[in-house]
Amino acid sequence: MADAPLIELAGISRVYGEGEIAVRALDNIDLTVEAGDFIAIMGPSGSGKSTAMNVIGCLDSPTSGHYRFNGIEVAGLSQDQRALLRRHYLGFVFQGYNLLPRTSALHNVELPLIYKGLGRAERRAAAADALRKVGLEDRAHHDPSALSGGQQQRVAIARALVGNPQVILADEPTGNLDTKTSVEIMEVLEGLNENEGLTIVMVTHETDMAQYARRLIWMVDGRIERDERKRKAA
Amino acid sequence: MLWETVRLAIQAIFRNALRSFLTVLGIVIGVAAVIAMVTVGQGSTEQVTADVEKLGANVLMVLPGQDPMEGGPVGTADPMFTVRDNDMLENQLASVGLSAPISQSRARVVFGNENRRTDVVGTDNRYFEAARWTLARGRFFDPAEVQSGKPVCVLGETVRRDLFGYADPVGETVRIRALSCEIVGLLQSKGASTFGADQDDFVIMPIKTFHRRIAGNSDVSTLFVSVREDASTERAKEEIEILMREIRRIGRGEEDDFSVMDMKQLATMLSGITDILTGLLSAVAAVSLVVGGIGIMNIMLVSVTERTREIGIRLAIGAQARQVLLQFLVEAIILSLIGGLIGIALGLGLAILGTNWLSIPFTPDPGIVLLAFGFSALVGIVFGFFPARRAARLDPIEALRHE
Repeated sequence: MADAPLIELAGISRVYGEGEIAVRALDNIDLTVEAGDFIAIMGPSGSGKSTAMNVIGCLDSPTSGHYRFNGIEVAGLSQDQRALLRRHYLGFVFQGYNLLPRTSALHNVELPLIYKGLGRAERRAAAADALRKVGLEDRAHHDPSALSGGQQQRVAIARALVGNPQVILADEPTGNLDTKTSVEIMEVLEGLNENEGLTIVMVTHETDMAQYARRLIWMVDGRIERDERKRKAA
Repeated sequence: MLWETVRLAIQAIFRNALRSFLTVLGIVIGVAAVIAMVTVGQGSTEQVTADVEKLGANVLMVLPGQDPMEGGPVGTADPMFTVRDNDMLENQLASVGLSAPISQSRARVVFGNENRRTDVVGTDNRYFEAARWTLARGRFFDPAEVQSGKPVCVLGETVRRDLFGYADPVGETVRIRALSCEIVGLLQSKGASTFGADQDDFVIMPIKTFHRRIAGNSDVSTLFVSVREDASTERAKEEIEILMREIRRIGRGEEDDFSVMDMKQLATMLSGITDILTGLLSAVAAVSLVVGGIGIMNIMLVSVTERTREIGIRLAIGAQARQVLLQFLVEAIILSLIGGLIGIALGLGLAILGTNWLSIPFTPDPGIVLLAFGFSALVGIVFGFFPARRAARLDPIEALRHE
């Protein structure tokens, strides 16, 4: 089991609708991601990259195929079992940050730990620690509305990593940000990958941002068209 | 986890304080109305009981005709009693202490330019004792006055005030129909009875005087019996019934043509009426609790829609459906419990005002307070469940995409 890859998609398809109006968002995809990798999934709109992300993130179930996470078959799991997988092994970063409004940065970061059943003091400490990792310890008590887009996204990253996940799934993490801030965010993600050994799976359509990844996957029409491991630019 | 959920719910409620307050207003009004109704109702029941006890719990009244409480016709032409019947009760029954014959009629009492229509009662000194009347001025009747039917009378406070103002009426003479009657005594006021009737609005004279000069016959309409302290009213009632059947020659198998009213029985009847009224009003008030519950459901549904994205976030970071369900359910329950608490406070406040205004005792019932509290929790569960289930069934991907 220790040798099993972290993420293993085999023959995954995801079909929306039935019959003639059926849409194959994912068409027989094979993909393996090793622990510690940083992959970027790219492709035009409607290429299925978000669907791939949702399947990998255990938010969605494939219509057919096998998905093994850490050797566990995910495809047959119930909603609640998949929720447990997300709770313990996955962290999410979204394009729109998705922080709870009128809730301080610290409380936002604490949220996943509530579902992990940690005590209050423990949660506080872990949340403060995660905020420190993204360089926002002095903004802990600010509401999201008092933070800039980049800061909000960093809070979201802190929330994703506070539960010690094995994978961070980032869906267009820089989509709402200007170039300078985007670079900051990518550097935070890159740092987490290099220093903490976190596996990162990112969806983006910005070629510049994809350069931070070690491996690039191109999707078109629900299929993987290109899969290249890239030599890191210094 | 549950404690976290409760804390979370309280935060969510106070994040939108005004809306939360308006949401629970229905519950507040419903609970307040029920509590106020029940408390005032119980106060008046207690008042009835207290009044009857003041009159004397060991008092029985024997009336002609069947017991109206047992469905007999009222005011039928059953024969009246006589003074002799009364004296036989008193002399022959071990459990009877005193028995006073009473006859009465409405008549106008005139003094100078003043007059008042009032109850003119013929009885004797035994009535004063049995009904616990005391004197404010003057005296009761002399045995000789009773014996020979002298034109003397004792006034109730209301009649005195109407005819004499605050002057001393003792020694004055009033005219009742054709009879000139000397006032020998004034009774200490008893105030209003349970029904709100003025107990002091009457004039009392010896029964012989009443029979000869006012009524023109020797009928006795009521026997006012006080039971000996060492005997039970039930026992006395039985003895009176046996003797009265004998006196009135009622054959075996025939029904009584008289009734013995127990003051306790009267109290039961009266509190029965107030209980029915209380129940009826409370039921109407309870309807607003249901309306309040629907209000909570409505707002919770709005809240679920508004917070769809939040639900999506929670699901994405690992919340299970039942945890989301619990969160919204707890929120609805806490909302309605807050409404319940405010309602209880408001209801008790209204009850204090109401009982004060009606001058009846304020006796809050912890049972009904608990019931109201429990019921508002139930409202929260019932009307919170549907919105909470809707929240829990959201698809995380859809929810995250929600604007």
